[in-house]
Amino acid sequence: MRARIVLLATAAALVAVALSMNVASAGRLGPATTSAKAYPAPKVPNAAAIKKQYGGQSITFIGDSVGGSHNRDVALAKQFTKDTGIKVKVVPHPAASDASYSQLARVFSSKSSSFDVAMIDVVWPGAFAPYLVDLKPKLGKEAKQHAQGIIRNDTIDGKLVAMPWFGDFGILYYRTDLLKKYGYSAPPKTWTQLFAMAKKIQDGEQAGGNSSFSGLVFQGNSYEGLTCDALEWYESAGAGGFIDDGKVTINNPKGAAILNLFASQIGKTTPRDVTTYQEGEAHTAFVEGNAAFMRNWPYAYSIGADPKTSKIVGKFSVTVLPHTGGPSVGTVGGWQLAVNKYSKHVDASIEFVRYMTSAPVQKFDAITNTNVPTIPAVAKDPAVVKANPYLKPEIASVIRVTRPASALRTHYNEGSKAIYQGINQILNGRSASSVLPGIQSKLERILR
Amino acid sequence: MSTAATPAPAPRRRRRTTKLKRRQTRLAWVLLVPALAVVVFVAIYPLGKTIYQSFTDQEFLALEPAQWVGLQNYRDLLDDSIFRDAVWTTLKFTLITVAFEFALGLAIALVVNSRFRGRGVMRAVMLVPWAIPTVVAAQMWKSMLQSNGVISDAGTRLGILAHPHAWIADPATSLAAICAVDIWKTAPFVALLLLAGLQVIPGDLYEAAEVDGANALQQFWKITLPLLAPAIFVTLVFRTLDALRVFDVFYVFFGNRLGTQSMAIYAQSTIVGDGYVGYGAAISMAIFLVIALFVVVYVTFQRVVLR
Amino acid sequence: MSVATEATTHVIRPVSRSRAFWRSPIGRLVKKVPFYTLVVLIFVYCLFPFFWALRCAFTPESDLFSTPLQYVPEHPTLDNFRQAFQAEFFRRGLLNSAIVAGGVTLLSLAIGTLAAFALGRFRFRGRSFVMYLMLSMTMFPSIAILGALYTMISGFSLGPIDLPNIYDTLWSLLFTYLIFTLPFTIWVLTSFMEALPGDLEEAAYVDGATPFQVFYKVLLPLILPGLVTTGLLAFISAWNEYLFALSFIQDPDKYTVPLAITSFVGESGSSFQQPWGTIMAATIIVTVPLVALVLVFQRYILAGLTAGAVKG
Repeated sequence: MRARIVLLATAAALVAVALSMNVASAGRLGPATTSAKAYPAPKVPNAAAIKKQYGGQSITFIGDSVGGSHNRDVALAKQFTKDTGIKVKVVPHPAASDASYSQLARVFSSKSSSFDVAMIDVVWPGAFAPYLVDLKPKLGKEAKQHAQGIIRNDTIDGKLVAMPWFGDFGILYYRTDLLKKYGYSAPPKTWTQLFAMAKKIQDGEQAGGNSSFSGLVFQGNSYEGLTCDALEWYESAGAGGFIDDGKVTINNPKGAAILNLFASQIGKTTPRDVTTYQEGEAHTAFVEGNAAFMRNWPYAYSIGADPKTSKIVGKFSVTVLPHTGGPSVGTVGGWQLAVNKYSKHVDASIEFVRYMTSAPVQKFDAITNTNVPTIPAVAKDPAVVKANPYLKPEIASVIRVTRPASALRTHYNEGSKAIYQGINQILNGRSASSVLPGIQSKLERILR
Repeated sequence: MSTAATPAPAPRRRRRTTKLKRRQTRLAWVLLVPALAVVVFVAIYPLGKTIYQSFTDQEFLALEPAQWVGLQNYRDLLDDSIFRDAVWTTLKFTLITVAFEFALGLAIALVVNSRFRGRGVMRAVMLVPWAIPTVVAAQMWKSMLQSNGVISDAGTRLGILAHPHAWIADPATSLAAICAVDIWKTAPFVALLLLAGLQVIPGDLYEAAEVDGANALQQFWKITLPLLAPAIFVTLVFRTLDALRVFDVFYVFFGNRLGTQSMAIYAQSTIVGDGYVGYGAAISMAIFLVIALFVVVYVTFQRVVLR
Repeated sequence: MSVATEATTHVIRPVSRSRAFWRSPIGRLVKKVPFYTLVVLIFVYCLFPFFWALRCAFTPESDLFSTPLQYVPEHPTLDNFRQAFQAEFFRRGLLNSAIVAGGVTLLSLAIGTLAAFALGRFRFRGRSFVMYLMLSMTMFPSIAILGALYTMISGFSLGPIDLPNIYDTLWSLLFTYLIFTLPFTIWVLTSFMEALPGDLEEAAYVDGATPFQVFYKVLLPLILPGLVTTGLLAFISAWNEYLFALSFIQDPDKYTVPLAITSFVGESGSSFQQPWGTIMAATIIVTVPLVALVLVFQRYILAGLTAGAVKG
């Protein structure tokens, strides 16, 4: 009886606190509230003309996930509405990338006009192309400002189906203090160097008492992220990019060699469960001080520099990923903005896309949200580089490689799945020579 | 209902009985209308659509309309080794989890049903795993089972483990890991249903048995089990069906990893990930057949053994 | 037991040494050991993850994964709870989930009890067929019917019936959750109805009661443990459901609890950073009232009200 009363009282207390919070604060999670005050959203250029033509229309924008990113979208949308009179309803997409894909796929296949603008992943233009508006007529001039590699990625059969919004690329994070401690003057240039350094540092740290320390962490789980990491391994080893010029090249000796190299390190200089790691597990291990090297996207930089979450503030830096027989590369990530073909307000939507992908907004995004701009001029802006140290020229100029989305089109997911499932098997113990032929034939079947 | 010739007064009585019977049957069907309406709307249409789609080559994002392909999807399914692996993984998972859940659930139900001091607390404790949302529980267990997670840590500290183990990554222990989580999560469901069944057994049956000198084990075997049989049957059927359709835990733990896919995971990755709606519908029909097989086994078992 | 009987027992059947041991105070204590060991093991197994969730909820973000692991946080904090409560979509989520789960439970019980009455107390042709038709609803993986359900709730015309678009509303969840709550509700309640003595309603009918009165006044009270059990299970199933909520709800204002909990994002704003402490705090906030709710209603499961009916 007493236990019941105690529990009921706790429940009542929690409900009371919750309700009081409702009144007290309208706060949302994430940054951007203070930084937004310091750096306001840019005004819409040519607003008066837009207002005259399209003012009063309402569009729906499927934007970034709940939290700081959603707040940024809302702030920008509010500015846009204020200047042009076009109302923008911002709906956050599901945080998980494949949930977001299936949401869009479902809406497109039902030919719905329930949304007008959506943010799409860099590997989706090929899949969604038939459902998107060609932006070249109206935004062709602006498209020339952006990194041409991404523009090429977003151009399917001559149609520019999406405008680059923010970019991403793979980089190497490393512990500056540990490199110094073990006598290394510079980060590794080749993969073999990296593994040698990783082993020495790991042995030293584990002997010093940190049994959870590992040399290298990366994204090894059986998911899209592994395709990104593996592409970097392949290209940096001169093994091609899985599919080159429409031909499947994944089964080649250099590729097998680099995969075997990584597989041999699982459980040795990498944690045994790195084959279940996604971005989150990798950055957690690194910022907790339990890894010497990490491959990850630029987002992890601000987490590592935040004293509230990181134990290695000031003790790490970034550089380009190592190579071995090929150039240093980084896989392209990032998001684009696209307009729904079935939208009832195509022109108003295009104006919104024009605003959101413009240089001032990309600068705003880079400074307040540490997102990588897709306009090289913005990426070189000193204020932007200050907020995003990985945009230093020597890192930002790394060769960006893209996954074979334009070759695989609507079957990109299936092809990528064949790649990451197979490579995950290799990392978990099967030999590359037994798995690669299978991946090769699967990809060839899809391309036929 | 025999219609043999009978003397005149009897038919009047029999006719009244059949009229009552007919009225009762009509009443029964009327009472079933809401439930049947739900079934038709929420189940029959989607199921019908799935069955139809399994005979086409429909793709999610294709612009051309789907073509009828007859049994081609099913023929491809027979050659599909990944599907066979998924079925086998799901069967292993189902057998292990249902068996352990049932044992654990029964133990919990018996403990809560008996008279002892910690009973009230036990009632609260037993529901905690069930009350946590599955996605959160799965993520929690995933982080606990990592090689630098708390299970390995506690295990090595207590001396049970020689060194930290990567439970999920290692193919040898991954099935055990996911079974442990599912058993933890759904034993309360079994316990709650069995407890409701136990509560209905009148206490004086046990008193009479006690007087006759029966010990605890005999009481359990001769009184508890037979009277609990209907509850056990329902619980087993639903738990088996749920285990065969498992998705959430597998998704969080393994995602799309080969060799550790459940049937529903494979169906989802085919339909939503790859976009093959037609083939995915055939997979769903195959899953339905596997599950139907289990239902038939259960029903036959119930009819033969329990009645 | 009278002294005479005991004396007789003592004379006619001498008690063996082992029997005497088990009846002695020490013996009775030893008998309890396996029982209490089992109790303790069950406690630990059920509660350890919850204890871990509690520990994570009170641990500051920076100490969560630091090694060596802190079993009890060195610097406990209420920050995570504050973050969870401050998230508007989480508070809304609690309300939305309560509405959906409560509504689905009431609907399932209403429809289910009527159906169980028919299936459990009447014998008619097609009874088995209906039972298995209900069961067949749970024989398809959710993903198989997801696409078709999506089409349905987005509004379509089925002959003369024109269904409204309920996509991105709580109504879509209210109706689709019936797919998995209704089958076991009907099955469990039917088995409870069947277990009641066969001639129970006869007396009432003889007294001139209508079927509805028999249902409401005689049968329902007797299957109360079944009602509470299935109600609780339906409530918790609907509360924890994730896939349909993810597919049919877009607006954060309409997120249910599982969607809300998986939407927490860390300070960096990146969706790769999950504020684990906040998520655990949110889980605790969500779990404690659920367990409290169950405890309140458990009293009705353990009433043993049927004892009287069986004897009478």
